[in-house]
This record gives sequence, C-alpha cells and structure tokens, in this order.
Amino acid sequence: MSILSVRDLHVDYRTQAGPIPAVRGVSFDIEKGEVLGLAGESGCGKSTIASAILRLLPPGTEVTGQILLNGEDVLRMKPGRLRAVRWTRASIVFQGAMHALNPVQRVGDQIAEAIIIHGQGGEREARVRVGALLEQVGLPPRRIDDYPHELSGGQKQRVMIAMALACSPSLVIADEPTTALDVMVQAQVLKLLNDLQHELGLAMLFITHDLSVLVEVSDRLAIMYAGRIVEEGAAHEVFEDPAHPYSRALAGAFPAIGDQQYRMAPAGLGGDPPYPTDIPSGCSFHPRCPLAFEDCPTIDPELYVAGTGRRAACLLVNRPQPVEAGA
Amino acid sequence: MRPPPIEPPIVAPPVIVEEAPPPVPPGGPGKIAWARRRRSLSRSWRVYRKNVMGMAGLLTLILFIAVALFAPLLADREALKVTCECNGTPLSSPSIDFPFGTDNYGRSVLALTIWGSRISLLVGLLATSVAMLIGAVIGLVAGYFGRWSETLLMRITDWFLVIPFLPLAIVLASVLGGGLFVIIMVIGVTSWPSTARIVRAQVLSVKTRPYVERGRALGATNWHTMTRHILPNVGPLIFANTILTVAIAILSETTLSFLGLGDPLSISWGTILEFAFGGGAMGGGQWWWIIPPGLAIVFVVLAFTMCGFALDEILNPRLRER
Amino acid sequence: MSQREGFVGTLGPRIEGTPLLEVEDLYISFEGRVGLGSGLLGKKATEARAVDGVSLSLAQGEILALAGESGCGKTTLARTIMGLEKAKSGTISFEGAQLGRNLRKYRRRVQMVFQDPTAALNPRQTIYESVAEGLRIHGISRSKDGVSEEQLVARALSRAGMRPPERFFLNYPHELSGGQRQRVVIAGALVLDPEVIVADEPVSNLDASVRGEILRLLLQLRDDLGIAMLVVTHDLGLAWTIADRVAVMYLGRIVEVGPTEEVLQRPLHPYTKALLDVVPEAGGVDRPFLTGEPPDPTRIPGGCRFHPRCPAVASGASAAAGVEDRCRGQDLGLLELRPNHYAACHLAALETREGNGQARVLSTPETSTS
Repeated sequence: MSILSVRDLHVDYRTQAGPIPAVRGVSFDIEKGEVLGLAGESGCGKSTIASAILRLLPPGTEVTGQILLNGEDVLRMKPGRLRAVRWTRASIVFQGAMHALNPVQRVGDQIAEAIIIHGQGGEREARVRVGALLEQVGLPPRRIDDYPHELSGGQKQRVMIAMALACSPSLVIADEPTTALDVMVQAQVLKLLNDLQHELGLAMLFITHDLSVLVEVSDRLAIMYAGRIVEEGAAHEVFEDPAHPYSRALAGAFPAIGDQQYRMAPAGLGGDPPYPTDIPSGCSFHPRCPLAFEDCPTIDPELYVAGTGRRAACLLVNRPQPVEAGA
Repeated sequence: MRPPPIEPPIVAPPVIVEEAPPPVPPGGPGKIAWARRRRSLSRSWRVYRKNVMGMAGLLTLILFIAVALFAPLLADREALKVTCECNGTPLSSPSIDFPFGTDNYGRSVLALTIWGSRISLLVGLLATSVAMLIGAVIGLVAGYFGRWSETLLMRITDWFLVIPFLPLAIVLASVLGGGLFVIIMVIGVTSWPSTARIVRAQVLSVKTRPYVERGRALGATNWHTMTRHILPNVGPLIFANTILTVAIAILSETTLSFLGLGDPLSISWGTILEFAFGGGAMGGGQWWWIIPPGLAIVFVVLAFTMCGFALDEILNPRLRER
Repeated sequence: MSQREGFVGTLGPRIEGTPLLEVEDLYISFEGRVGLGSGLLGKKATEARAVDGVSLSLAQGEILALAGESGCGKTTLARTIMGLEKAKSGTISFEGAQLGRNLRKYRRRVQMVFQDPTAALNPRQTIYESVAEGLRIHGISRSKDGVSEEQLVARALSRAGMRPPERFFLNYPHELSGGQRQRVVIAGALVLDPEVIVADEPVSNLDASVRGEILRLLLQLRDDLGIAMLVVTHDLGLAWTIADRVAVMYLGRIVEVGPTEEVLQRPLHPYTKALLDVVPEAGGVDRPFLTGEPPDPTRIPGGCRFHPRCPAVASGASAAAGVEDRCRGQDLGLLELRPNHYAACHLAALETREGNGQARVLSTPETSTS
C-alpha cells in the first residue's frame, strides 16, 4: 500500500471574483521510502497540493478527490483524527521556513512543542529527543537553547527539518526547502535531506521549481503546469529525455556549464505561465509551445503513455507519426 | 546530459532592428496622464462605493455640508439676532413654529444649529489644513533627509506631542485673545504632531523601496524623488489621516468654545452649548437646547471618522497589489 | 618570491583602446555602530569591508558576469559603480575620465536593471510614466532628430520586446506578469540610449521558463545596440549562457577572472572549483562542498582570505606543494596565470608556472588581520 495516494484532486480557492482553480485533477502515488519530485513554476498549483495533503488550506477552499495517507482519506477525517495524524504520519517543511520560526521562543522549545502536543513525551523526554534530532540534522546539541536570530539561514532550515522529523512521520513534504539559500548551503541541506531520507526510510514529496535540484534527490519526477501534471516518470529519464515540450523548456532553463549548445544561446519560452483564472483552451500549454499544431487549442490532452512508467500530457505523444509543426 | 534546447518558437519575436519610430499615440503625455488619473479615480470610487460604512459617512457629510452651504435658505439670518421679532417665548419646548424649541432669548434653536454648522465645519476644515500642511512638510523633510534634520524636527514634534492639548490651547487662546483666526491657529498648531509622525514613518518605509533607488540611479534630484515617488505613495495616507483629523478639530473647536475661549460673536455648536450651560439648561431641564447641537457634533464627527476608516481600508497598499 | 604580489588591473579581451568602464583599487566599507559608552571607552566600530580592493574593466560591447555568493560584495560593487554607494577609496573611470561629483551625464550612459521587477516599479505610476522617468529627469522631451517623448518611450518598450508598445502605456505594474515587468524595467533603462547596463540578478526573481527570454533579450541588446553589460549573479549557469568574461568574487575581492570558457571549464582558483562542484546535477548529491563558517566581511582572515575554507589547504595539497605558509600568511592579488586568465592563488600560480603577471604593487591600506 502506498504511503500517499492522491486521486483526482481538485482545489478551488474561493475569492470575491469567483472560484479560482488552482489544482485541476491531479493523481499520483508515493511508495514507502520513495522520493517524488514535483516541479513547476508559479501558478501551477504545487504548493497548493502540499498544503492540501494535510488540509492546511484556508477555510472555504473547495477540495474534491481523495488523499489517502496510509489508506485513510485525509479529506474525510474527523478533526480529532486529523490533528492526530498531522505531523505524526506526515509533516511539512514549508517554503520560507526560516521565517516560520517564532522569534521570541528558543528553537529547542519550538521543536519540542510538536512532541509534547502529540503526547509523545513530557518535557524532559522531549528535550532529550530534541537533542538527538539536532544532531541528526547536523547541528550541535547546545543550539537547543538558541533563539532563531542567532542562527544562520542554513541552520534555521536545519531546525525546520528537525521539527518536521520530531514525531517520526513516514512522509515528509518539502516545499521549496532550499530556494532562499546560498548554493553552498543549498548543497549541504540537500545532502542532509538525502541522507536522512535513506537512513529513516522516509517517503518524500519534494517540491521546487529548480529541476536540476530535483534530479539529484528524486526517484520519480512529476512536472506540473497550470494545475495539472503534464509529465511524470523516472527522474533521470524525464530530465534527460523529456517527452513534453514544457519539461524540455524547464530543463533548458538550468543549463549545464560546459554544454556548448547553451553557450550564448539562452533557451526560454515566450509568454508567461498562465494565471489560474486565465487558462488557455485545449492544451493549456499551446500558446507557448514551439511544437503546437492545429489540434492543440481544441483538444485537452490526458496523460498518455510515453514509455515504461512514463506519461506525458501532449498530443504529440499520442501520435505515432511525426507531425509537421505549424501554426 | 541535458536535452538540447528548444528551437525558438515558430512565431519568433521579430529581430530588433533600428526601425522608424512608431506613430505618435493619440494625444500627448499630458492627455495620457489625465486618462490615467480619470481611470484611477473611477476605479477608487467603485471600490469605495462598496464600503457600507464609508457610504453612510459620506452621505451624512454631504447632508451637513449642504446644510451649512444653504443655511441662508433654510433659516433666516435675522433669527440669530436677540432682538428679532420672529423670536418666540424664551426657553419654550419644541413646537410647530420652533421644532427645536427656543433658547433663553427666544431664538429658534433650529436656526442656531443650522447656522452654527458653518462655523464649526469651517473652523474644523481650516484648522485641519493648517495642521496637515505643517505636519506633512515636517514629516516629509524629517523622513526623507534624515540625520540631524530628522533628529531636530522629531524632537520638536515630540515636545508638542507631550504637552497636553487643553492647557496649551487655553494658554494660547487667553494670551492671543479670542477670535476665529486664533482658534484656527491654536487647533492647527496643536494637532500637527501626530500627522508629522505618521507621515515620517511612511516616508521612511517608502524611501527604501527599490523604485526610489531606481530613480536615484536614473539621476533623480531630491525634488523629483519627493514629488514623484514619495508624495504619491504617502499622499493617500495623509488624506485618510486628514479626514480623521477634521473630526478631532471640530471637537476641539467645540471644546474651546464651550470653555468660553471661542469667538463670542460667532455662533457655532460649541457656543450654543456654552450659552446653554451658562443659561442653566442642565438644571432647568431644557433638553431641546442641548441635544440638537450635541447630536449634530456627534453625527458629524462620526461621519468623518467612518469615511476616514473606509478610506484607510481602501488606500492600504497591501490591498492594491496582486 | 619574497616581494608582495600586488594587484593587477584586468584589461579584458585584448581590445585596443581604453576600456569603457574601469574600476581601480576600490575599497568600500560599512561601519557598524558603537554605543556612546563603548565609544568613550575606546571601542572601535566594526567595519564590514564589503569591497576590499577590486580592479576590473569593462570593454565596449562586452558582457562581464560578476559571480559569487551572498556577502561577497558583488552587489555593493555594482551599486557603487552606479553611484548609489560611496567608495572609501579607489577610482571609477568612464571612457578614461574619472567620475567626479556630478554624475548626471554619467547616469545617462550607464543604467541599472534591478533584481525584483515588481519592487523596482512605482505601483502608482503607469508603465508610460515609469519608462519616461529617465527622460523627464534629464529634461529630454524630444530627441535630436525630433522624435517626441511618446515615440521614445514606445521605441524603448518595443526594443524591450513589449509590442505593440502603446497597448501598455496606461497599464499599472500589477496588471503585468513578472517577465513583462522586467521588460519594462529594461525599457526604462534603454530609453536614455545607454552604453552600459548594470544588471543585478536580472532573472533570479522570474519564473524559470521566462528567464531564457529575458537573457536572450539582453544578448540581443548587446548584439544590436552594442550595449556593454555588467551582470551580477550567483548563478554560474547564467554566466555560462551569456557572459564573455566571468569574475568570481569572494569576501570583497575578485579571486578569478577571465574568459567564460576558461574560467568555468578550466578553473584555477579553489573557490571557483568549489562553486562549480556544487552546481546541482554535476556530481550527484555527494558532491563536495565547502565547510566552515560562511564568510564574514567584518572578520577577514589574514593571508589568503580563502585559506580557512580552502580544500587545497585542508587536503594538504598546498602543504605538499610547499605554499601553505604563503596561503596562511601572505595576502595576494590577481596574477595572470594563463593568457588573460587571472587568479589570486599561490598554489595555482605555482602549478601553472606561467605567472608572468606584471605585478603592479599598489599602495594598499593596512592589510586585513582578524
């Protein structure tokens, strides 16, 4: 049984101007000990999914579909059960996590809070566990009594990771955990996440816009655009031989140094990622797609099979014969 | 190994060539600026209209201002004179002829209240203008230039803030004598410090924004930066603050007049109350003498406050950005 | 070598004639504050040496990438070149002439593009006004050939890829997307026909798929209009994509500079090598990264400022080569170790054995000590 099983998830934000579809039918599975990378740009809905899994979306948001955490549907849980499940089964390392720390509380207390709330220990046991957690994330245990401002950005991020591990969850959702960090610190934190994931056998949902980072840490990769998954498959395969034109463009935005075909030739797409209120007809990517042809504005592609364990939502994948690209 | 980059889209963006300058858009930069201003005003108006509190306040204000403007049409000026034949029996309670009753001279309280609105509103608006002008300039200069000028100006502001309003007003009014002009000055001079502080805080916040730096990088002078970038972003705040200050100014005028420091020759709501108090209306039970001017003050102050709050909500920059 | 290696001015790819923009021995520092009591007791304010002796030059039509992590001083250097910060000492020259106090004329010819396009545009000004601001500041209502202000604004927007330009005149920044806003900022820089554009992280705040277009625009501006660019970035991949030369900064100094292919494919300085190693995907998660404290401009190490974190020192390679004492004790500047390729490293100097740098010994203020 998968640790996490998302089936046909739809999320609509409620606003004065009407409902905004942030997620439009997303399904995926994460097995025990597996890392799924979720890539996409602004407006694609990836952060919404992260919040949806633990029902952390603002009240009034419409969520339909199924989110099965260890077989239980999160969306149909009673509040008591939901609270019990939060953090013990799955936890989140948020985007901008460094700002999520309470500046007037010692970091040790903040980590211990999770343990105490879930009744996994009293104050003394919590403190011992926090010390162990800090060591696990590579911080000296004496930092337990520091305030957030005494730590650097990378250290704060480690604290957030320790917090996420406090109740020994089986799934960790990491939402842009390294985005605001320097490259050196980013490498350190990524290595830490990778090591922890292997040591503890964690399942991870790793969300970021930086494809090159994802390829290193993920087993499988899913690329999102305008609220849907447009390609998924094994990480290296998707990265090195993308089937969907958007994946190809996204990969090209992080050129390899030394690769001559990118020298003085930046690869990019015209236009901008669509706002959820303004999604193009047919294939939502067609206005920006260099390979678009006459069917693209009218037919909305599903995820077609594009190889073993690979799927892509592109009409070209579904056609056996090559197509003449033309407007 | 990376996948090869995507070929440029079929509809490639045209190569930048030194082309002939495009045709002049209709109108010049002046017309464009006006078009923009009209658009922005109508947009703000549409948002304001939705705010119930703001609309209620605005309508009340319009009513009172209309009353003040059309006072000659609504009540005969002669009725304010003690010796007018139109006066009725002194201290009579409300009747058909005198809907708000009469005062100790037999004057119609309704006429008094209607005419009183002129002075009260006028003093309130003028005093606020003085306060706002002083406060905004000091706040702008202190916030923008900083360092010693800021220290100096802010300490002066603090000094004025700390001195309790009423004793200062009383002293000033007594020394300078009564009269409308003095009252306006007194209220203005004692109300500017809070405006100055708010303006300075906002200027400090705007000053560090990247678009101000961009202006500097383009070579902007201090004047350009202050008028083009700082003021437009501080302006709305000043405006909302002004509305609230008018309410306070009207109250202050009432207070000073009530205490006898106002202009003895003019009729304002405060002076009506002063006469009422002096004429023993409290003890004598002549409620009709006190309630109309009192309620008028309450409603006007409330109306200004509601408008001010509504404006504050609307002009809050956080609501403007996506 | 017993004499002190001094700093060397870098004169770009061998182009004859004066470089367009030249910076010599620039020192910029920021002072911390000292309380009254401590000040009376003789405590000095901590000095953060953001830029600690930098010389570099930009040739006409050249794109130079200034790369490094946060805190290395690259942004401070860029801002000082734009006149937004004051240098403690050193000179900045444009077309051979040193900058004086009046920067007005200079500002017409050297423009800046900012990191966050949303914050760089006044939310209360329309696009037209934002772009026209430069013209208005310099009092230009018509160009020399009689082109009116609206036409100049339209032309700038059109060059920046916003077409048709008139459509955007009355828009406000919040009505545009991130990529479009950055184009407006670029148009605002182009409207004065500059010769140099200083771009501070021009694409890092933009969506990944949009970055390529903006970078392509910058390249096109160089190719078609001959604008030279100084691009500040933390992303070496960006430097690989558009830069002719790369200068790598660490703790206020340039530690390596040279043609992009050279520096990024055959790096000489251990810091450059570490930065390249750490780029994702290059070596998997187990790639080596630097340990140790992140650099602190208020406590610059003695000797080579990189030595506490240098992998060559840590691994013993410099000891084996016999230069470890120098690494720990002798500060050094850029040496030309390969044609046009400079690095500030004792070990690299030894290894390449091509150190024929014209060591111009400059009089520097007291060298750093912790």
